[in-house]
Amino acid sequence: MTSYLIRRVASAVIVVLGVMAATFLMLHAVFPSPAKVVLGARTTPQAIAAFNRDNGFDRSVGAQFLTYVNHTIHGNFGYSYKLNQSVNSLFKENAGRSALLSGVSLVLAVVIAVPLGIAQAVKRNSLFDYVATGTSFTLYSMPIFFVSLLLIAILSLKLNWFPFEASQASTVIGVIKQPRSMVLPVVSLTIVSVASFSRYLRSSALDNLAQDYIKVARAKGLSERSVLYRHLVRNSSLPIITLVGLSLPDLLAGNLITEEVFNFHGLGLLFFAALGNEDYSILLAYTLVGGILVVLGNLVADIALSMTDPRIRLT
Amino acid sequence: MTMGLGGLGPETDLLLSEPEGGVVYSEGSSFRLALRSFMENRLAIAGAVILVFFVLFSFVGPFVYHSNQSAGDLLQAHLPPRQGHPLGTDTSGFDELGRMMKGGQTALEIGLLSALIATVVGTLWGAIAGLAGGVVDGILMRIVDIGLSIPTLFIILILADRYNATVLSFALVIGLNQWLAPARLVRGEVLTLRVRDYVSAARAMGASRTRLISRHLIPNALGVVIVNVTFQIADAILYTSVVGFLGFGLNYPNVDWGDQLSDGVDQLLNGYWWLIYPVGACLILTVMAFNFIGDALRDAIDVRLRKR
Repeated sequence: MTSYLIRRVASAVIVVLGVMAATFLMLHAVFPSPAKVVLGARTTPQAIAAFNRDNGFDRSVGAQFLTYVNHTIHGNFGYSYKLNQSVNSLFKENAGRSALLSGVSLVLAVVIAVPLGIAQAVKRNSLFDYVATGTSFTLYSMPIFFVSLLLIAILSLKLNWFPFEASQASTVIGVIKQPRSMVLPVVSLTIVSVASFSRYLRSSALDNLAQDYIKVARAKGLSERSVLYRHLVRNSSLPIITLVGLSLPDLLAGNLITEEVFNFHGLGLLFFAALGNEDYSILLAYTLVGGILVVLGNLVADIALSMTDPRIRLT
Repeated sequence: MTMGLGGLGPETDLLLSEPEGGVVYSEGSSFRLALRSFMENRLAIAGAVILVFFVLFSFVGPFVYHSNQSAGDLLQAHLPPRQGHPLGTDTSGFDELGRMMKGGQTALEIGLLSALIATVVGTLWGAIAGLAGGVVDGILMRIVDIGLSIPTLFIILILADRYNATVLSFALVIGLNQWLAPARLVRGEVLTLRVRDYVSAARAMGASRTRLISRHLIPNALGVVIVNVTFQIADAILYTSVVGFLGFGLNYPNVDWGDQLSDGVDQLLNGYWWLIYPVGACLILTVMAFNFIGDALRDAIDVRLRKR
């Protein structure tokens, strides 16, 4: 177990370094220097050259990358020339709200998808199963912004139940105090994850239902209730651990889109504004944070799975 | 089955018509088997019908239903459905139905192109990693791990900001972000196929490396790749719509459904429903058609699920 952990963490570190190199090189190719954005469209070549020299953008890509790695390791994610603020302070302002939106949605998605998927498998080929499968298939084929759009059109504009803009409060506590305004963003983000999670859970439960241990449990006279709760639910819900780890990129992407649709000020909206401003440091930092979250998510999922499932022995 | 036929009475007919090992049909090639399984799947047929409809709608439709899509008429903006404009007009005064056809062309072209790019790159990458093994495999697959750790939408948005001029450049942006999954898939497939008995048998009979790859590995790995292509087309269409919706999509004069929907959202408060629901339905149905076909193909190719 220990040697496995060491190898697994080492490979995670290598992957994170690779993510840094890949995103740095790509962003460097797309936006070589923020000089034009900072100095304005009517600047002179001399001013651009001076800016690049002062800020180190005239050095070789390799040298700039080393500086970037050095800064990042020391917890400095760079400086947004457009917003005149360090990326660290920008992230500190916005990360809490994004984490709230994504975290609540993820937890809700798991809480809904696990029982739903298992119930579908137990009552397979019933009307309930067909309706649930059909719905999740439709949602699965929908871009998340369209889900949000439908929710706004029906629940906000038509029925006037919830506002169509997310809370504009500047602190996480402030956002929590306005739960009505967060219903639609959270629901959109949740619905999409439920659609994909429940499909996996259903097939996982179906696989388990066909296994011998379920037959044994029934044969020894256990009530159907305890067969389901004591045996089926426990074993069928294991894949959700891996699934959550693997779904992090989608969650981050969904978060980005949801924040844009509902004008919720978090990291996604920050990234989105940075795209329009060619604000290189923010793009680089958020892509890296996303990459690290994904790597960590998979690492934690692997370890959690091995602790919950004794059949998996790590060597 | 040769003994005891006389004494079995009424069951004889049954036994004669159904030998002990089950009925043996002459079913032809595995391709025909897969085709039969596909045709028996109602969702697959539905998917194929929807797909054919949208191909005709997008590419033949403009020849049947004429509308001016090169210049909008601002005086005719935001018209509700009426004579001459069955689905109304958008913010720039373009006929919505004709615009949806153009958007359909974009979606299908980008979907197909980027899936092809991703599949070719990914298959080669995975096949090389799987066949080479050792250090080469390690390096190639770590690169795939790195790519898979970066949220795809972020990269697509950053690149699309610059390379959104043509369908081809946009398809490259999406395709070059999608090859990682097929690379992993093909590598896994090659690794398991390599040690199968029939491959060992072929090798023992003196088959060359080229023959092993072309006659045994590629045909057997092909199924997985084809299934993956359909899902990738669906994903690419979704990505195109998301990027278009966020305003980083294809440049004028290209039209995409996501861009149309973002125009519709701006008019949501005015209740201009015709700018949203028809386009949304096209998008969802097209993606769903590819998902249906992909699911059915997977079932058709998966030997374990095949009815014997």
